[in-house]
Amino acid sequence: MSGMKNGADLEAGTSSSSTNSGEQRDYVTMSIGDQMFGIPVLTVQDVLGPQNIARVPLAPPEVAGSLNLRGRIVTAIDVRPRLGLATREGGKAAMSVVVEHENELYSLLVDSVGEVLSLNSRDYQRNPPTLSPRLREFSDGIYRLNGSLLVVLSVGSLLDFGNRSEVA
Amino acid sequence: MDDLLSEFLTETNENLAVLDVELVKLEQNPNDIDLLSNIFRLVHTVKGTCGFLGLPRLESVAHAGENVLGKVRDGELVVDSEAVTLILACLDRIRTIMGDLEASGTEPEGDDSVLIKSLNAFAEGGKAAAPAPAAAAPAAAPAPAAGAPAAAPAKSGATIYEQIGGMGTVDAVVEVMFMRIVGDLRVKSIFEGESIDHLQGHMREYLAKLCGGPDSNTPNPLAGRALSDTQFDAFCGHLQAALNTLEVPQQIAAMVMGMIYAGREEATGSATAAAPIVEEAPAAAAPKPAKAAAVKKDTPVDGEAKESAIANQSIRVNVELLENLMTMVSELVLTRNQVLQILRKHKDSEFAAPLQRLNHVTSELQEGVMKTRMQPIGNAWAKLPRIIRDLSHELKKKIDLIMIGQDTELDRQVLEMIKDPLTHMVRNSADHAIEIPEERRRAGKPETGKITLNAYHEGGHIIIEVNDDGKGLALDKIKAKIIQNNLASEAELENMSDQQIQQYIFKAGFSTAAKVTSVSGRGVGMDVVRTNIEKIGGTIELRSVEGKGTSFSIKIPLTLAIVSALVVECAEERFAIPQISVVELVRASPTGELKVERINDTPVLRLRNKLLPLVSLREKLKLEAKSDRSSDDTFIVVTQVGTYQFGIMVDRVFDTEEIVVKPVAPILRHIEVFSGNTILGDGSVIMILDPNGIAATSGQISMGDADAAEKQALRSRAHGDEAVPLLLFRAGQGAPKAVPLALVARLEEIDRATIEHSNDRLVVQYRGQLMPLVPLEGYPDTSLKEGRQPVLVFSDREHSMGLMVDEIVDIVEAKLNVDLTADTPGRIGSAIIAGQATDIIDTGFFLAQAFADWFGSRRADATGDAVKRVLMVDDSAFFRNLLAPQLTAAGFSVTAVDSGDKALELAEAGEEFDLIISDIEMPGMDGFAFCEAVKKSGRWQTTPMIALSSHASPKELAKGRHVGFDDYVAKYDREGLVHTLNEALSEVRGAA
Repeated sequence: MSGMKNGADLEAGTSSSSTNSGEQRDYVTMSIGDQMFGIPVLTVQDVLGPQNIARVPLAPPEVAGSLNLRGRIVTAIDVRPRLGLATREGGKAAMSVVVEHENELYSLLVDSVGEVLSLNSRDYQRNPPTLSPRLREFSDGIYRLNGSLLVVLSVGSLLDFGNRSEVA
Repeated sequence: MDDLLSEFLTETNENLAVLDVELVKLEQNPNDIDLLSNIFRLVHTVKGTCGFLGLPRLESVAHAGENVLGKVRDGELVVDSEAVTLILACLDRIRTIMGDLEASGTEPEGDDSVLIKSLNAFAEGGKAAAPAPAAAAPAAAPAPAAGAPAAAPAKSGATIYEQIGGMGTVDAVVEVMFMRIVGDLRVKSIFEGESIDHLQGHMREYLAKLCGGPDSNTPNPLAGRALSDTQFDAFCGHLQAALNTLEVPQQIAAMVMGMIYAGREEATGSATAAAPIVEEAPAAAAPKPAKAAAVKKDTPVDGEAKESAIANQSIRVNVELLENLMTMVSELVLTRNQVLQILRKHKDSEFAAPLQRLNHVTSELQEGVMKTRMQPIGNAWAKLPRIIRDLSHELKKKIDLIMIGQDTELDRQVLEMIKDPLTHMVRNSADHAIEIPEERRRAGKPETGKITLNAYHEGGHIIIEVNDDGKGLALDKIKAKIIQNNLASEAELENMSDQQIQQYIFKAGFSTAAKVTSVSGRGVGMDVVRTNIEKIGGTIELRSVEGKGTSFSIKIPLTLAIVSALVVECAEERFAIPQISVVELVRASPTGELKVERINDTPVLRLRNKLLPLVSLREKLKLEAKSDRSSDDTFIVVTQVGTYQFGIMVDRVFDTEEIVVKPVAPILRHIEVFSGNTILGDGSVIMILDPNGIAATSGQISMGDADAAEKQALRSRAHGDEAVPLLLFRAGQGAPKAVPLALVARLEEIDRATIEHSNDRLVVQYRGQLMPLVPLEGYPDTSLKEGRQPVLVFSDREHSMGLMVDEIVDIVEAKLNVDLTADTPGRIGSAIIAGQATDIIDTGFFLAQAFADWFGSRRADATGDAVKRVLMVDDSAFFRNLLAPQLTAAGFSVTAVDSGDKALELAEAGEEFDLIISDIEMPGMDGFAFCEAVKKSGRWQTTPMIALSSHASPKELAKGRHVGFDDYVAKYDREGLVHTLNEALSEVRGAA
């Protein structure tokens, strides 16, 4: 895994040092339960520790509330209910990954945030057809890592609540 | 010069400057399509604006230019230097005309046919005809000079000075001008303390020199003076007027004005640069006129020489930049709040002073930035006079548009949002409301209808009123339309108040105009108006009286970005409620005077004799309190949405705070009860409640019939099932007795030993008077001589009467559903009170017993001469039976009817009354309508009318007075009623 880490490739996440061995892409890794997820590094604005999140009454269950990030209001989305996973065990504080989507800031609440990995497209493959439909909806594909798999989260579909506004 | 024109000049000057550059670029890159379309667009804009402003000369020139460009764009012509030269000549001409336009405010006369012809020839002829325009082009270049008569002096070699008519004219002009200036307070002050003669001399010489007359070393008399722009404009206005008075040809006058403006530039420039050295100002100013004059001689109408004065007085800033500034300031305000919050915790901080300063600067900065976005509302009204003028022609109506408060400023964002609704409303008024002259004459109104627009500030909001004195909303038509569109059933309408029915005009697809005109009546109207206004957090209210007119009142926040809000807490979470909709705060506690009561779990609050529907924020937002609350007190935020008032129950109320409204994330936008969110001073994020949304989601209360709850309450009162306080007592045999508490003056216990017999009556000495005691019928047991006798005391002016009872049981609140029984005198009937059949006592009967015998003769003294005839209109038999005897007892002759229609029948029959008392809440024709009908009918026009209601809110009082009631008395206030009656009658006597 450490061998894949490419600190020199600082150009950008989507940048490519195109060689015959495939494209390198940088991902911020995070984990929920035992599963590792990643999102392209360039989409990430901030990584925050546990925050003071103000609850929003009547909001859909995925919306944990809103928080103040340097004077901007950020809507906190709890990724667990969004992915249809069980709620976080009580007492465990969540970490936030702040992303921008359609000029709005969102904070994705996950169990923990890991390091930035530079991954090679050779190790990439599309979603296996057996993946749960809910997860498939939000996954852009899978990277095979040493000893574990990383699911690439699609920030766009994670934050696309368009057809869900009638819920709640 | 009006705003529109100056805006046009500024904009067009900019466009022309861009065009010059772009055209030259085009010449170098003839194939650059982008460049070409940009040029085309700019010329087209100029043309379009000219047409809009009614500037035919400019328009025709621009049109010819556009023609050529159009051909070029379509590939029919090739861009070469000839084409560019020609178009540049066209632009120069536009500039020339604009220069004159700017100076004089009107388009100068002149002939552009040569230029237009050559442009057209080029457009038509294309390449083949090129030689012709080529020949024409050089001719066209001087054309601006030759074409404009203004150029004539240059051609003939004569200076403006000579053209004007030499020193004689200049002298006269200055004379006239100064006469005007002395009379103008605005400019008079600048010449304060100086010899007018002296000044006149200077001015004369300066003007002469400016026009190319004898050169003297006279400085610009305005140089070195601190003239405000308004003063300068006023000054120029006087000069212009003087020139006109002396019939100086317009072109020449325009040129003189142009030079004065140029001189102003110079003067202000030098004044700031060399302010301390006064001598230099004239020196700096001097060369300029000389130069200007010289330029005039060579190319008298060169647009470049006359740098546009207007264009330089303001700069145009991208709106986006302003928006960004506003956002930054908003953030600054938030941060400031945050810092101040921290400071509050550290009392003696050394930061206190600098932070205070920061606070002030921030506030000022906020104000300043807000101001950059502020525009006078007159901008939104600019088009209206024209619209009204056209409409009145088209519809053959006479309409006066009166605009008050044009200078009232509001945020441009808000202004944009209300521009269209306002236009629409004024159009509506002109089209629907104002009648044709003939109709108005018949209705006894002046032929010319009036539409009044009034704008003013009121406590952080701006109020815009649109009033007309037209025919008002036709209720019948609205009703018909409601039924036609299935918005409500006839039965439902029956139960609605006029105001409620009027509210339907805000529903989609509602237009009562008999036919669709080009103006309005397409059914896209008031609903859009309302939506737009509510979108910006505003409210719209409607008052209309059929035959009298309609009045809309719009209340909108000054700015959308920063609002004042009340911060409240519920279930340990804080929320902000915009101050605009908060009417008052009420604290209710289970033990206190005000408490929250429940009807089937629906909380209500009795507030000043009104039932206020309550919304529990906790329930509404599905909040769960983490712990039991320490206090049982509830705070109620009385909120107004349209005409509907309701209370929001919260746990705590904090301060009001200036908050920056930020839109909520898209995922949360469907939650109706929030209008946004914000960051408080302490950095926490809270939601802003939307009272509109809360009202809309609260049960059946929809926006359209917002006051339904209130009306429901009124209706139930009218039907007598409102709970009234009743005094329960026992007397003699049978059922307990009750009497409305309000009729009882006092409760007394009298020592039986003091009861005396006099004139076969029981009396007691009470407060220095003899008070008659009346036993209830069937209760003649007056033999007891010991103990204490409970007595209900009724009072009539200085006289009192006591009703002897056995025992006072209780005071209860109960609904008076009286089953009438007319057989027993002294009883109105029976009702179920506190689960028991109870006799309702007719106090009037006993009053009559006591007073008719006792005070019969005195009563006549009290009320004056003859017995006064009173007509009483009340649908409730209970009140008719209750009040009529009482009034009779007080010496009036009372006729009681149960409806306004019956009363009007009496009027038809020729009955005369000295006074009319009418109930307000009646089915069918209510008191207001009855009063209006009476005041219109003529027969009883002068008869004083008194409104009678169990429920007197200030709003009703105002309405009552408006329709013609002379006074208003609460139903249970018998004493007040008698007093009012006498007062009204004595007024009549006094007037007679």
